[in-house]
Amino acid sequence: MNGQTIIETQDLTKVYGEQTAVNALTLKINEGEVFGFLGPNGAGKTTTLLMLLGLSEPTSGRAWVCGFDPTREALKVKRVVGYLPENVGFYDDMNAVQNLLFISRLNGIPDEEALVKIEELLNLVDLKPEPKKKVGEFSRGMRQRLGIAEVLLKNPQVVFLDEPTLGLDPDGSLQMLNLIQSLSRDKKITVFLSSHLLDQVQKISSRIGIMLKGNMVAVGRIEDLAKEKLGLEEGQYTLEELYMKYFKEGQS
Amino acid sequence: MKGMITICRKELADHFSSTRFTLLFYLILMVSMVIAFMVGTGLKEELKDVAKPTFVFLMLFTSPGKFLSLIQFISIFGPIIGIVLGFDAVNRERSTRTLSKLASQPIFRDYIINGKFLAGLVTIVVMMVAIVLMISGLGLLLIGVVPGPEEVYRLLIYLLISIFYIGFWLGISILFSVSFRSMATSALAAIACWIFFFFFVPMGAGVMADMIAPFDPSQASQAPELVVKNEQTRKAISLVSPMTLYSESTTIILDPLRKTTQSLILMGPFERLSISRFQNPLTLSESVHIVFPHLITLVAITLVCFAISYAIFMRQEIRST
Repeated sequence: MNGQTIIETQDLTKVYGEQTAVNALTLKINEGEVFGFLGPNGAGKTTTLLMLLGLSEPTSGRAWVCGFDPTREALKVKRVVGYLPENVGFYDDMNAVQNLLFISRLNGIPDEEALVKIEELLNLVDLKPEPKKKVGEFSRGMRQRLGIAEVLLKNPQVVFLDEPTLGLDPDGSLQMLNLIQSLSRDKKITVFLSSHLLDQVQKISSRIGIMLKGNMVAVGRIEDLAKEKLGLEEGQYTLEELYMKYFKEGQS
Repeated sequence: MKGMITICRKELADHFSSTRFTLLFYLILMVSMVIAFMVGTGLKEELKDVAKPTFVFLMLFTSPGKFLSLIQFISIFGPIIGIVLGFDAVNRERSTRTLSKLASQPIFRDYIINGKFLAGLVTIVVMMVAIVLMISGLGLLLIGVVPGPEEVYRLLIYLLISIFYIGFWLGISILFSVSFRSMATSALAAIACWIFFFFFVPMGAGVMADMIAPFDPSQASQAPELVVKNEQTRKAISLVSPMTLYSESTTIILDPLRKTTQSLILMGPFERLSISRFQNPLTLSESVHIVFPHLITLVAITLVCFAISYAIFMRQEIRST
């Protein structure tokens, strides 16, 4: 669990005009962790993700992902990082294999190697490689699972998952959570999980961070934070209660 | 570079398999063939029992036939090809949420827009080469004259100019697809540009020329210098339109007997007759020399359009929502 630091930020700040989306975020995430990143809409979660992925330039402060600076070494970061956005998009007129093959080509993976890997990953996420079925015909759950397969295609060291279970049925959510846990447990992949579904985050996260109005108001193990904030021991609270406590304090 | 080629290959596959491209291609091909057929049969009739003039093959492209010449047709409808290929290049990726996916792959961000522009340009090349070859084949059958080497070179230059011309419209439509989130808005903006250059620039040029260099038409014979000044002003203003640049340059390239881009030549009938006795066609290099500024301007405006889209795209934040 407490491996080397794989994501680190120092006073990471993003300002849009007059509005500060992320304010002096300082954070360390270790290898193999599942880090739950919580906060209401507009708290700055996606902006943080974009900065860590090198898709948005911070106004000030610095970040390192797997030892690379996303602003200056964006390509190196993108080589080792997988990103599953909320409402993942696919080329709907292609089938699953074609979609994955396109992404593997962008990652410079030779086609022969990629095809073997694609078959493996489709099995892992429980999707059958049906050549005639276009992704446009996939259900929401199938698209999310295909998204996970796509993220794993480049053997990432870190995956950023933005609402990975959104819109999935209970069975689909459970499968997805098990898959995310197995990534951390079996493959030592660090998972940076942004979600509003607090019971799911509680189930799989080793640590959490709560963002409110661009500020990180709490970081740590759920048990430690609950003890500190609610004075309750494990099993006597839910993450929702803990989150709401921080949220109400933040509002006031 | 590999990433750009991957994106370009995917875009090419998308273009060639899309219904809208196939429909547009066949429509333009069909109209071009009809025009070429009418011009070809007309030429065949006119040239019966007459010594064939030089460069008769190029007349297939320049003769107006019953309604318009092929040059005029491409000048008017070529922009539609560019617009269709580019109006949703970037905003479609945004709306289907695939842009954030592309941007999070280990490729430079400019590969995305470069790959799309390159694919559009390759499609234009394939389309124009196919149309020119089909028309040439039909022309060979109809008028029975094999084009000489100079005619082939002139056709190649015509192709190059056409590619840059349609490339300009591709550039402008990509610019709108980067600037506007809605595909309908970018398509409308590109069509508005087309209408502006096609209708309003020529109309506006006449009105502005009359304001800047007015002359009384009833006194025109007494003051020819005023007529020339008015015409020069109108001409200079209408050069703002890429359609004018294209029409003038291709007409000069494909018609070696035309020696100037000016449409107003003040000459009496006897002067005209005596000049025509000694009229020789221009050499290829002379024709190119005349239209060189037009060509440079066409290339420049295409590159400027692309450079603006590039700059906007590189500064945009790419979100998945």
